[in-house]
Amino acid sequence: MNEIYDVIIIGGGVVGCGTARELMRRKAKVLLLEKTNDICNGQSKANTAIIHGGYDAKPGTLKAKFNVLGNAMFDQLHEELDVPVQWNTSLVVSFSEEGHASLEKLLDQGRQNGVRGELRIIDEAELRQREPNVGSEAKEALLVGAGGIVCPYELTVAYAENAAMNGAEFLRNAKVTNLKKLENGNWKVVSTVGTFETRAVVNAAGAYSDVFNNMVSEQKVHIRPRRGEYYIVDKKYRDVFHAAMFQLPTKMGKGILVAPTVDGTVLIGPTAEDIDDKEDKRTTAFGLAKTLREAARTWEHIPTRAFITTFSGLRATGDKGDFVLGEPEDAPGFFNCCAVESPGLTSSPAIAKWLSEEIAGKLDLKENPDFNPIRKAIPKFREMNAAEREAAIKANPDFGKVVCRCETVTEAEIREAIRRPVGALDIDGIKRRTRAGMGRCQAGFCTPRTVEILAEELGVSPLEVTKFGGDSKLLQGYLFEEGKNNA
Amino acid sequence: MKYELTCINCPMGCRITADYDGKEVTNIQGFTCARGKAYAQTEITDPTRMVTALVGVEGTHVPLSVKTQTPIRKPLIFDALSEIRKTVVVPPVHIGDVVISDVCGSGVNVIATENIE
Amino acid sequence: MRNTDILIIGGGPAGLAAAVGAYEAGARDILILDREERLGGILKQCIHNGFGLHTFKEELTGPEYAQRFIEKVLAYQIPYQTETMVLDVSADKVVTCVSRKNGLEQIQAKAVILCMGCRERPRGSLGTPGERCPGIFTAGTAQKFTNLEGLMPGKEVVILGSGDIGLIMARRMTFLGAKVHACVELMPYSSGLKRNIVQCLDDFGIPLLLSHTVVDIHGREHLEGVTVAEVGPDLKPIPGTEKYFPCDTLLLSVGLIPENELSEMAGVKIAPSTSGAEVDEQLQTSVPGIFSAGNVLHVHDLVDFVSEEAMKAGANAYRYVQGQLPQGGRKVPVQMGFGVGGIVPQFVSENAEDKVSFMFRPRNVYRNAKVIVEMNREQVLSKKTMILAPGEMVNLSIPVEKLKGLDKADSILVRIEVPEA
Repeated sequence: MNEIYDVIIIGGGVVGCGTARELMRRKAKVLLLEKTNDICNGQSKANTAIIHGGYDAKPGTLKAKFNVLGNAMFDQLHEELDVPVQWNTSLVVSFSEEGHASLEKLLDQGRQNGVRGELRIIDEAELRQREPNVGSEAKEALLVGAGGIVCPYELTVAYAENAAMNGAEFLRNAKVTNLKKLENGNWKVVSTVGTFETRAVVNAAGAYSDVFNNMVSEQKVHIRPRRGEYYIVDKKYRDVFHAAMFQLPTKMGKGILVAPTVDGTVLIGPTAEDIDDKEDKRTTAFGLAKTLREAARTWEHIPTRAFITTFSGLRATGDKGDFVLGEPEDAPGFFNCCAVESPGLTSSPAIAKWLSEEIAGKLDLKENPDFNPIRKAIPKFREMNAAEREAAIKANPDFGKVVCRCETVTEAEIREAIRRPVGALDIDGIKRRTRAGMGRCQAGFCTPRTVEILAEELGVSPLEVTKFGGDSKLLQGYLFEEGKNNA
Repeated sequence: MKYELTCINCPMGCRITADYDGKEVTNIQGFTCARGKAYAQTEITDPTRMVTALVGVEGTHVPLSVKTQTPIRKPLIFDALSEIRKTVVVPPVHIGDVVISDVCGSGVNVIATENIE
Repeated sequence: MRNTDILIIGGGPAGLAAAVGAYEAGARDILILDREERLGGILKQCIHNGFGLHTFKEELTGPEYAQRFIEKVLAYQIPYQTETMVLDVSADKVVTCVSRKNGLEQIQAKAVILCMGCRERPRGSLGTPGERCPGIFTAGTAQKFTNLEGLMPGKEVVILGSGDIGLIMARRMTFLGAKVHACVELMPYSSGLKRNIVQCLDDFGIPLLLSHTVVDIHGREHLEGVTVAEVGPDLKPIPGTEKYFPCDTLLLSVGLIPENELSEMAGVKIAPSTSGAEVDEQLQTSVPGIFSAGNVLHVHDLVDFVSEEAMKAGANAYRYVQGQLPQGGRKVPVQMGFGVGGIVPQFVSENAEDKVSFMFRPRNVYRNAKVIVEMNREQVLSKKTMILAPGEMVNLSIPVEKLKGLDKADSILVRIEVPEA
């Protein structure tokens, strides 16, 4: 415990990484501890990827406040961090005459929350003109001009890279096991990679944020993860819907979303199932069937042959009905970002900003004149024009080697994803940073080459390469030890 | 002894039964064509298989593919495999080169099925 | 921009044979592009025997079969470029490709032959519930790891799907010291060859569980086991029949999908029943001068037929370049009647020459059935068969003399007639 940190952040999700970056606007010594092999490994990687307008949360809640504030920050994030953002609008579709009153209620709620941009109810004719593929029962919809889509991994990775560029430290495979208030007012943070002293702690531990809050505060929070199951449809169907298509919640359920992603695929989901195990990210026959059944109201002829994958994500659903943010009275210097579930992704920039200001005030952190807010994305070969491609290959011949055929990801991009600050350490990390392996063959062709590149860059044997850290090794052994027999 | 086998000559996959006393195959039943009857005869008295496998190559993890030049007797498959597995070749090797001669005393050579330079 | 008469996309069995076919028909300006380091395509990793009985009258392994064609390509001095990825094909036959060596290139071809092969259906497309842990491979990916890289994915194996690659990998993994616990097949029959079922499963006592599927996948950090259940006639799992198989490796052999992304960029029409290009009897697609052959056209059962088809495509591409291939004219659609799936070609030109070959896959197992071809409601061919099965393609060849009135026909119907019960 030699150096004293100003802030230690627990959790490398979108909120933790976002807060790390915001803190670097000040002169601060910041360390982020992530328990898994990579950042963006929890709910930040498995969600709807929607920038919510802000009509959904009850007026007066933190969810409503930070949703609307966060929503307004995405253009700046796009500019500073080179993260794909599309303002494709959201539509909340009603499938019955009776739904009108509920749409009116949402409209009113949205106005109270201060949702920016266009917000109005559109009739069936306009709905069908905008979205010709919407299901035959659709009657009308709430149009949310401030609705958009973003790539949640790229955002989280961009936050982390930019934070690291500006001096924040990141440790992965660093699980915090204990927190203790010291007599000098600082905190002792005990982790699997060492013990640290810090002036402030940020609890951005997602589904585990209740555990850390409850370690230090009597104001207990209980998180029961809510699992959602999703399908991804091939980008061949990228134009089926333009807006994110929500279903108006009814007494039958919250409805299933059908939405384009910034990568051109179509996302269908999620279900909402409360579970007890914070690591239970299985998909289930029941959940997947329910997803499709309900989504069929929005998209009647879902092309089941065009599914490229299914996944599930856990939302950190707390028992307070709202985010739990800031310093509990009985734990000064401990800052919660607890129970941040949907609209957490949209709220993340606003939460990060607010929290960093709170912390800066408390710790009296000075402005950092050297802060550079700009982060450039890994150049994407698939998005370059011919001249750009030629120039890229000339500068780095690895751009001439396509590794992932389905998403046209080159070796140059994969190597850069590993070499960047807080770079990829495993196959899934490369996937999230480059899309290699996320296409229609689901890494069937590129896995062997990606394993080789990772092994080379990390200086390990291909046998040590994992899918997502820990024991998730892909391969068991060599058949022949460099020519010596294996017998 | 009673034998039961599936004919491999066509998608019919006839279930053929027969008796074999160690000398003669009798009571062959269930076949639909002459090929089936002949298959049962040899498959019971002297079943053989081509074995394809991998051998080590000096200085690399990447293996070389090989095969038995002609089918070997079925009971020898795993003995042959373990002998093949212990083999390490030194490049260059070309298709048809003998990698192991007379594998397991079968009288059959194991030969390379690809080129390495 | 570079120019070439005939550009072949893919240097696997189809691409190699297309080049040989074009050369032997007289073409001298040919270029093969392949994305891998070496020619041969998927045959490089198919080290088992069983190839070439039709073409060479002897049984070869995959690498040996490929080498026969590679040697011809070398002898004919047909240029090829490996480690070159084609990014785009336009309807006017400009091919854009990229390689580390040459950077970005555009090549104007007079004819293009699409020989990109196919890919395996991944787990994601099946919607199999459970964990998303490592240890799940498509059979072909596992085959590449073992046979080409000398890497072993695992030791306790379950195989889902009984396609030929799955069966072959059951034997390979057994040969490499793994224990294969079961081969699980959704359908009441295997789509693999009988020979493979006997010599890859039965020989080693590996159970083939027909009408079964994997309903759950277990293991957080690595695969630990799968739950297998029996399915009913509706192919839905029957509750109460679940059985747990511990395993560290699940191999998928659940179907192949032709890789037609480039074909679609060129505006080539895709047939839903094959997921390959719509072609006429000359293997010309809906875009004049663009031909298609091999597994990108339709998934074959034997490589020998891939070679035969691709040689024909190569020869026709050269005739097209020479202006000798009859163009225009009416195309008579080929319809699939009872029991017939994935027919190729989908059209026959009214001015077809010589003979017309059809290939299709039976939709089910039929015993003592007849394959019938009708034109203008008249039978032009009737062929008795003992057994038809989805795993084995049916090849029909009809001399044009038998297709009298082709120029006036509105369609050709291919169907299966089963004996009355």
